[in-house]
Amino acid sequence: MGIHATEVTADAGRGRTADSEDAPLLQVKNLQVEFRTRDGVAKAVNGVNYSVRAGETLAILGESGSGKSVSSQAVMGILDSPPGFVTGGEIVFKGEDLLKLSSEKRRKIRGTQMAMIFQDALSSLNPVHTVGTQLGEMFRVHRGTSKSEAKKKAVELMERVGIPAAKERVNQYPHQFSGGMRQRIMIAMALALEPDLIIADEPTTALDVTVQAQVMELLADLQAEYNMGLILITHDLGVVADVADKIAVMYAGRIVETAPVHELYKRPAHPYTRGLLDSIPRLDQKGQELYAIKGLPPNLLRIPSGCAFNPRCPMAQEICRTEIPPLHAVTEADGAPIQGRGSACHFWKETIHG
Amino acid sequence: MGRYVIRRLLQMIPVFIGTTFIIFAMVHALGDPVAALFGDKAPDPAVAAQLRQQLGLNDPLIVQYGNYMKGIFTGDLGTTFSGQPVTELLKTAYPTTLKLTVVAFTFEVIIGIGLGVISGMRRGRLADTGVMVMTLIVISIPTFVIGYVLQYLFGVKWGLADATVPEGAPIQSLLLPGFVLASVSLAYVARLTRTTIAENSKADYVRTAVAKGLPRRRVITHHLLRNSLIPVITFLGTDLGALMGGALVTERIFNIHGVGYYLYQGILRQNTPTVVGFVTVLVIVFLLANLLVDLLYAVLDPRIRYA
Repeated sequence: MGIHATEVTADAGRGRTADSEDAPLLQVKNLQVEFRTRDGVAKAVNGVNYSVRAGETLAILGESGSGKSVSSQAVMGILDSPPGFVTGGEIVFKGEDLLKLSSEKRRKIRGTQMAMIFQDALSSLNPVHTVGTQLGEMFRVHRGTSKSEAKKKAVELMERVGIPAAKERVNQYPHQFSGGMRQRIMIAMALALEPDLIIADEPTTALDVTVQAQVMELLADLQAEYNMGLILITHDLGVVADVADKIAVMYAGRIVETAPVHELYKRPAHPYTRGLLDSIPRLDQKGQELYAIKGLPPNLLRIPSGCAFNPRCPMAQEICRTEIPPLHAVTEADGAPIQGRGSACHFWKETIHG
Repeated sequence: MGRYVIRRLLQMIPVFIGTTFIIFAMVHALGDPVAALFGDKAPDPAVAAQLRQQLGLNDPLIVQYGNYMKGIFTGDLGTTFSGQPVTELLKTAYPTTLKLTVVAFTFEVIIGIGLGVISGMRRGRLADTGVMVMTLIVISIPTFVIGYVLQYLFGVKWGLADATVPEGAPIQSLLLPGFVLASVSLAYVARLTRTTIAENSKADYVRTAVAKGLPRRRVITHHLLRNSLIPVITFLGTDLGALMGGALVTERIFNIHGVGYYLYQGILRQNTPTVVGFVTVLVIVFLLANLLVDLLYAVLDPRIRYA
């Protein structure tokens, strides 16, 4: 290790990424989620910390099985249980630990104060109800609005998210809409009661590229308009770059790197992040073989000891196989702190500076 | 939609002709109806010959069938060998069968779907296992066993219900036979509902409904059940057609003078006009019930559109 090797505890590192000023909207502390399956206990989320402020966008990046969706489902309180159980940690939303609330109280928070946008709008919308009914349901259930009033609100919402001829289309069914329009309806539904926090779970994955950009733009605009906190879950580095303020990279149920968005692209401080960035095709590397991270994501029933990434890591040493790296605060080469950066790698210094 | 209905109605014509002819030929092949009229005793050959001439039994089968079909289109289903018009017989039999159908169908829908939902929502738990075992038992025991056992227990031993159905078939006396008639289908409905509920409760749109903060009850009724019932309703529709065709076994056990009872008598006495007349009506009822189910399907699932 280098001469400037000053290890910082995970808490100190987090202190810099999170609550430095006013209290954040959402603060997830040491969250642990496991799935009790027939084959054993799969530890899907192992001590995740992050925070989101009003108006801020946090992108959670990771492969499938990294725990990014599961952690957000735990925040929403829609974890499929059994088999999923939150086994530890806190989810502090507006100063209240959600895990201590009754299920009825949590239900009332869902949809009104925090809402979720899902990946595949076709399967996530109910095929047998019109979009108007499904949008209006938010007002009818949470606000006790009349049927006709709810429909009017549904039309307004559809206009807000840019669906043409909303008055006519409000009576149509999800399958009668195009993929992009369906995702707009999902967004409208999440937006209906103007929640403080929106969790978007891969909102553009099922869409083609041009529509992806439109949907992301819409989401960013609406977020700015309502000053909402946004958690954007994705595996697509391209989607994140334009809209996110900060990024948390997840691997095997842990956050392995946190950084402001442009910092992360410029100089990753974790070998996994670097591998991800290197595996994006680039024009200036035309003709060369595209880099790929070797190996497969770990089986959550048998997470490797030490750093979970060690079997795939080009920089792995002995220590990586025995000690789980804490989230180190990442500094400049001369020791000057970098706002909001952390890396759970024993060799973060070598990764970012050398 | 309209064109679809017309096409389906037109398709019924060949089905109708085919089934009636097959029934006609089969009853004909059963043997000499005139001999059957006399029971065990051999009829006087002269009388028998005269009867055959009278009933048109000497004509070739195809001619007999043609004559019969001619009658049908003028609303005449023929006259039984005992001299009663078949339409009269149907008029006395059908109200009773319809009443029994309503009772049985109500049991099927309420108990069947109810048990299915409970068991589908509590997969693997005690309630689920209980329902699964119970329905399996009901399915594996023949109706006549269930019928006689319940008749004995409720009707004879405990006196909680009428053991046999009196003339006029009042609804309360049809409760027990209705339950017996419904039992097997009820078990199938419960199992089918359980499967679709279990399947759909993992669906993305159910997760969305939960994420919207809807109360559990609303998630189940408005989102889960509405989707899960589509295949169940198909089954119920076909079963409704079968129920309206009368229940040979149940009607015999409880002495109900419905379609099944008369049909049984007709078959026993080789009464061609009765059997063919009844079956003809049953075929029409069944075809219409099927059409109704298919149309209902499009109402329940907006993704299905008939052109």
